[in-house]
Amino acid sequence: MMETLLPYMSWLPAELQYLVVTLIKIVAIVIPLFIIVAYYTYAERKVIGYMQIRVGPNRVGPKGLFQPFADMFKLMFKEIVVPTNANIYLFIIAPVLAFAPAMAAWAVIPFNDTLVFSDINAGLLYILAMTSLGVYGVIIAGWASNSKYALLGAMRSAAQIVAYEIAMGFALVGVLMASGSLNLGDIVDAQRGDWSNWFFIPLLPLFLVYFIAGVAETNRAPFDVAEGESEIVAGFHVEYSGMTFAVFFLAEYANMILISMLTALMFLGGWLSPWPELLPDSIFWLFFKTGIFMLLFLWFRATFPRYRYDQIMRLGWKVLLPVTIVWLVVEGVMVYYQVGPWAA
Amino acid sequence: MPEIKNYTLNFGPQHPAAHGVLRLVLEMDGEVIERADPHIGLLHRATEKLAESKPFNQSIGYMDRLDYVSMMCNEHGYVMAIEKLLQLEVPERAQYIRVMFDEITRILNHLMWIGTHALDVGAMTMFLYAFREREDLMDMYEAVSGARMHASYYRPGGVARDLPDAMPQYEANKWRSQKDANRLNENRQSSLLDFIDDFTQRFPTYVDEYETLLTDNRIWKQRTVGIGVVSEERAYQLGFTGPMLRGSGVAWDLRKKQPYEVYADMDFDIPVGTNGDCYDRYLVRVEELRQSNRIIQQCVKWLRNNPGPIASDNHKVVPPRREEMKADMEGLIHHFKLFTEGFCLPAGEVYTAVEHPKGEFGVFLVSDGSNKPYRLKVRAPGFAHLSSMNEMAKGHMLADVVAIIGTQDIVFGEIDR
Repeated sequence: MMETLLPYMSWLPAELQYLVVTLIKIVAIVIPLFIIVAYYTYAERKVIGYMQIRVGPNRVGPKGLFQPFADMFKLMFKEIVVPTNANIYLFIIAPVLAFAPAMAAWAVIPFNDTLVFSDINAGLLYILAMTSLGVYGVIIAGWASNSKYALLGAMRSAAQIVAYEIAMGFALVGVLMASGSLNLGDIVDAQRGDWSNWFFIPLLPLFLVYFIAGVAETNRAPFDVAEGESEIVAGFHVEYSGMTFAVFFLAEYANMILISMLTALMFLGGWLSPWPELLPDSIFWLFFKTGIFMLLFLWFRATFPRYRYDQIMRLGWKVLLPVTIVWLVVEGVMVYYQVGPWAA
Repeated sequence: MPEIKNYTLNFGPQHPAAHGVLRLVLEMDGEVIERADPHIGLLHRATEKLAESKPFNQSIGYMDRLDYVSMMCNEHGYVMAIEKLLQLEVPERAQYIRVMFDEITRILNHLMWIGTHALDVGAMTMFLYAFREREDLMDMYEAVSGARMHASYYRPGGVARDLPDAMPQYEANKWRSQKDANRLNENRQSSLLDFIDDFTQRFPTYVDEYETLLTDNRIWKQRTVGIGVVSEERAYQLGFTGPMLRGSGVAWDLRKKQPYEVYADMDFDIPVGTNGDCYDRYLVRVEELRQSNRIIQQCVKWLRNNPGPIASDNHKVVPPRREEMKADMEGLIHHFKLFTEGFCLPAGEVYTAVEHPKGEFGVFLVSDGSNKPYRLKVRAPGFAHLSSMNEMAKGHMLADVVAIIGTQDIVFGEIDR
């Protein structure tokens, strides 16, 4: 698609042409992502508002639609307060470390058959690598803040992410076994057919484990012990203000959207239509499926009390992990004897 | 190798779960609490001392501000002390009104508790659900006293005024359309009693809603079952009262054990727990919501059929009606005396206690025969409960401290006084 731009840049040297096209592609992914994140925060406040019989933001602009921009401007002009005796370099670097992987992971996300920034074959591994890097930002933020609350939040976050990363990784192994590929585009292709071919049916336990682990991985309710509002105030970002806080915020929401989209891609057939004879495959299916999971994130937050730190650990190690392992064995047997969807 | 040692964490006074101005100094071994040391006094307003410098009837407003989520029950304890020392008879209708508003207050308090407790444990939505009902209850306060919180409605000898025949109405404004106002006014069309009756019809379904969200919720149970266990014996020793004591399995309720006003005629049950943990106390309080609703229904029924005086006709204590004051010389003198120097109590001392939503709210009053108390001591139930913080929290994790603060239903107005 971008290649249509090339004739206009023929006066540039070839390497630069490539660079410009790449940059344009990056911008084309990141800018819409920022806008979606902004409106995801708005949607969160509205949806949870209506769930809690209130109206949510409705002052800035019609129906409060400009609220995300008001928030953004407020955060941009607020002072970044660095606590006494904080390690200032780490303190500033931490939000960047949380934010960069959240953005970088989007590089391998296919939006449809052709629309993918970087169609690499180890896409799944790359995603795992990137999502697990985010925790460094959290740990460093907690440590650099020189605050006990922040440190507690960082420790909780570290333990939690290690526990859930494993369950999540095992769930993805199941997807890998079912599709026979690490390339996200191929994974979607392996689900071609109507909705009964999607992986969420044969891999139902893994699907649930993956999404639960995804909620835990993004530190969202009911697994939000790392920022545990009522216990450790705001956890790792308790000392952050202004843009540094906003960057953590962006990273968290970008990760939520990422997890939703990955779930849609790997278990719900991505851009595939549930009834291919009736409705064509389209990128809108992907957005629709992603939207369902994004809504679930908000719904959980409005419904559930928060887990305690040790209970989260127990759930991760003693429930989710065994479930994935058992199902991997079951799946292995099914693949070997060619049962069910692997009959072909 | 460096020595590993515990560290202290300053929890509050500015903390989202500190319920006001609780300052807890926690000695922690990782996430586990070794010692919890509550510090109080940040909301000390010298209520008891202030009362010593005011005529008896002018301190009623201070009582509202003690436990500022169960206002009328505090007033009740205070006016009962005065009445007991004066040996003043309260008309039956006033007693029913008091019982009804005590129970409205109990619901008001327990709704605040369920909202904040759930919010502390992370279930944010409960808070707003509870406040939806609190809005109606505060409208009842407003209808009867003009104030939504600090009512000053109970007076020595009765209550300030009879139940009104009309409810305050919502008005349309810039933010509320006429349609919304009409919808809100729908059940506010007739008398206060009709509104209360309507509320008691609706309320059990609301409680069902809360229970749907919490009672069988696995996370809620994991967070509350077995947390902050207090045995029956220790609950006695720690001076627990109210739902905290009943949660430990003691069926102690002043409304049953030493009935005051017309509680003896009321038909209601006392829920008790078995394990003495946060979950049992939760169940006890939720059941109290339902029982209070029952009592209110009985009061409404009685009050509908029995008009009558709402205050004693002893005008040495109760101000005369305004028409009387305008037309009658004696009325004018009574009015003038009552609103300048108040009334005098016979010398002596008295202790009265009411079953406050949080426990036993006691007032110890010493009079030297003048128009001011010589000494007023308030026994706040929350104080005894907070004192047990160390025992309840020891060995639990940081997140449990928050659940324990929630289950103790702490309000600093009464603890610091």
